[in-house]
Amino acid sequence: MAKKESTLFNMVSSLVVVTLIASTALGYVYELTKGPIAAAKLAKKIRSIDEVVVEYDNNPVDDMYKIPIENSEDSLEVYPAKKGEKVMASAIRTYSPKGYGGNVWLMVGLLPNGNIQNVAVLEHKETPGLGTKMDNDEFKNQFIGKNPASLNLKVIKDGGDIDALSGATITSRAFGQAIQLAFDTYTKGGQHE
Amino acid sequence: MNNMQNFSKGFFKENAVFVQLLGMCPTLGVTSTAINGLGMGLATTFVLLMSNIVISLVKGFIPDKVRIPAFIVIIASFVTVVDLVMAGYLPALHEQLGLFIPLIVVNCIVLGRAEAFASKNGVIASALDGLGMGLGFAMALFMLGSVREILGNLSILGIKLVDADGILLFILPPGAFLALGFLIAFINHVKKTA
Repeated sequence: MAKKESTLFNMVSSLVVVTLIASTALGYVYELTKGPIAAAKLAKKIRSIDEVVVEYDNNPVDDMYKIPIENSEDSLEVYPAKKGEKVMASAIRTYSPKGYGGNVWLMVGLLPNGNIQNVAVLEHKETPGLGTKMDNDEFKNQFIGKNPASLNLKVIKDGGDIDALSGATITSRAFGQAIQLAFDTYTKGGQHE
Repeated sequence: MNNMQNFSKGFFKENAVFVQLLGMCPTLGVTSTAINGLGMGLATTFVLLMSNIVISLVKGFIPDKVRIPAFIVIIASFVTVVDLVMAGYLPALHEQLGLFIPLIVVNCIVLGRAEAFASKNGVIASALDGLGMGLGFAMALFMLGSVREILGNLSILGIKLVDADGILLFILPPGAFLALGFLIAFINHVKKTA
């Protein structure tokens, strides 16, 4: 087949046609996948909330509110788990910017008295095989059931109570920091209904 | 070259990873487990197949001087399709592969096949070429991922083989280079003796 000549008109018109067809097709695919993508994201959120709080009959995602972080422009998302009107526990989406590979995002379940009910790891870029072990029960059990008011969330090396993961002190530090941030923000920022 | 050869050359004779050493970025980056390698390989296969088909169909309408931007638009469109569909229906795998899916756009295997094959051959030959090259790439990534997962985590496809810690090095980036080097040496050995 003879090639079209590379005249200005041919070049411009063929590129316009190609990009037009491509963008139309992509718009169509985007519309098709919009629903499933939103559903998948919501399902993931609900799964992590279910992991850290128990016994609720409301929809924590609908009841979500934000508490501003002290001395910062950011705020944390709080998902209250209610039974009737009573707050049983709150799932707080928290983070620490000091992970080995950037932000470490956690979902922390706090009881109204500040006790840690459970912790779920959401997103991180820590080293596979080292930092990723923060999701192991052995490490997480150091936090579960404890109250950050009496438990020092720093690692032992920094004078705290937490036995760091071997080879992943930075990750362990970030993990404790994120929980501390959730606790401080939640207790100081007011637990409004 | 007949159609059978167009398809089969991607697996062994001209395997993108083991012979041409193309596409090293995803090859080394995502193969820490077998399932990640396979997922990445199949996503790339889809893009290769579709872009080869479309490019072989439109090659007569695209002037030579703007062929590269036109090809890139076509490839990027299919990559975006894969990205969106995966985010919607395979969220767990999508999260694992993350940045590497959009990076298929600049995978030199895809543009390489478009330039070297699809822009010069008919649609059936191009489709077979894309499918063969893609599946060969998927096979290579799956092999590398399996080796790294077995050595590094003592598991395969997420199933633990022995309840102990593996050789961590193979999960980390340097392990990718080591495992790939030994795999290429092994394939070369098999080829020589075969």
